[in-house]
Amino acid sequence: MNEAATPWQRAFRVLVTVGPGGLWLLVFVLLPTLLVLLASFLTRGPYGELTGPWGFHNYAKLFHPVYLEAFAQSLLVGVLATLISALLGYPLAFYIARHPQRDLLLFLLLLPFLTNFLIRVYAWLVLLQREGLVNALLGAFGLGPLVLYPSFFAVLLATVYTFLPFFVLPVYASVERLDWQLLEAAYDLGARPVRAFLHAVLPQTYPGLFAGSVLVFIPAMGTFVVADLLGAGRVVLMGNLIQQQFGITRDWAFGAALSVFLMGFVLLSLYLYARLQGERGLKDLV
Amino acid sequence: MRRLLTLHAFLVYLFLYLPILVIVALSFNQSRRGVRFTGFTLDWYRALFQDPRVLEYFLNTLTVAFVSTLVATLLGTLLAVGLVRYRFPGKGFLSYLLYIPVVVPDVVMGVSLLLLFALAREVLGFPRLSLLTVILGHITFQVAFVTLVVRSRLLLLDPALEEAARDLGARGWQTFWHVTLPLAWPGVAAGALLALTLSLDDFVVTFFTAGPGATTLPLYIYSSVKLGVSPKVHALSTLIIGLSAFFLALGYALTRRRV
Repeated sequence: MNEAATPWQRAFRVLVTVGPGGLWLLVFVLLPTLLVLLASFLTRGPYGELTGPWGFHNYAKLFHPVYLEAFAQSLLVGVLATLISALLGYPLAFYIARHPQRDLLLFLLLLPFLTNFLIRVYAWLVLLQREGLVNALLGAFGLGPLVLYPSFFAVLLATVYTFLPFFVLPVYASVERLDWQLLEAAYDLGARPVRAFLHAVLPQTYPGLFAGSVLVFIPAMGTFVVADLLGAGRVVLMGNLIQQQFGITRDWAFGAALSVFLMGFVLLSLYLYARLQGERGLKDLV
Repeated sequence: MRRLLTLHAFLVYLFLYLPILVIVALSFNQSRRGVRFTGFTLDWYRALFQDPRVLEYFLNTLTVAFVSTLVATLLGTLLAVGLVRYRFPGKGFLSYLLYIPVVVPDVVMGVSLLLLFALAREVLGFPRLSLLTVILGHITFQVAFVTLVVRSRLLLLDPALEEAARDLGARGWQTFWHVTLPLAWPGVAAGALLALTLSLDDFVVTFFTAGPGATTLPLYIYSSVKLGVSPKVHALSTLIIGLSAFFLALGYALTRRRV
């Protein structure tokens, strides 16, 4: 491509373009990741500092029932939030894609999503509190008041609420590219609606479904803010444990081990996703 | 079937807007607690504007967002150009590194940056946690997003356009300035807008990298909410909702006109 350029000129161009950003990634992404890994093998000193001895003791601690339970809860939030997002988001993507005013509908989908994340979580706290709207409505039917907050239910609800657009958008992209002639062909060949959908439509939306699942599952697994505000100590997820170790407890070594574990789990999920979707899959995520 | 789909869509949109509408309505409510509307008032807005700290937090948020977006857009655009145009050792590794800030949970990114800054302070004596460390943290996740967005735009471009410029005698930087950059511009603008949004929205990375005096609006909302439901936060939230609606509508109007 750069036949005219000498090797020196080419090296200079690479240095100017890739140099600053590349260096940034090495210092602020690679180095911190290695530091977390390093810290996870250290020990908490008497003043919360990191010291020796080295070892796997922080990882051994992960198998304590308290921590296993937090992991199980995170996994449950991740899986349930993904499933509920699919139930809500999949039909919605079809509705938007087939609507004459789809630009407007997409705009309306994105609007709450661009409102600050904390405000969206906070809004559920307001709705679910004892004197909140949900209990007021239940009261009108002679029910309640129920203790809706803090609870696992509240955490799950707000998680779905915050990440739902991440599910709808990739599915919408798949539906837009859909070849509807295949559906007609299925009908012509005598398939009933359900069968026609399962064989002619659903497989065409797999890329969107998978991308949407990853985009909901990963942030849902890793969040600590939602559980912090809406679980108020009763729902403890992996993210909350990590935050506690770096905040109150000041056991950075154990916090680092938790981080490595969470990161490893996320990367493993992504690896499985990439195996399923091929190289292109990862690029679809951004 | 069609009707069922319409009903479903209506309910999902109701689910999306109900919390926001409730916040907006309550910000004008006289009652401090609960959802019973006891009368219209602007008291909470008055209280908000009379709090000098809120202006400071607002300015902090804007400073972080604009400085980090500027730096990240510059670094990310150059990096994307380099990744698309040249071959060099370590290219594959760098491409993988780009995905780390995108896929790794915020909390892990926050604590890893905290460890980096703690070590840097131990060894080099700086930086102490402040607005600067928040900006460094924001640039880090923004660079990854900007690079990926600009890169996908550059990959769509026809390399023949740059070759033509060179055949006509343009030097390397002339080709870049007069051909590559104008063609990549929509990608750069989209990347910058995404970076700005991410910065304004970020709570987690800020939470771990902010020192004293570096409170941003999301940090302020978090600490107020921890103390319980507050009408002042309703008022602040309503203002932020209004502002994001305005900017989104502006973007929507601009893209529509172009098409």
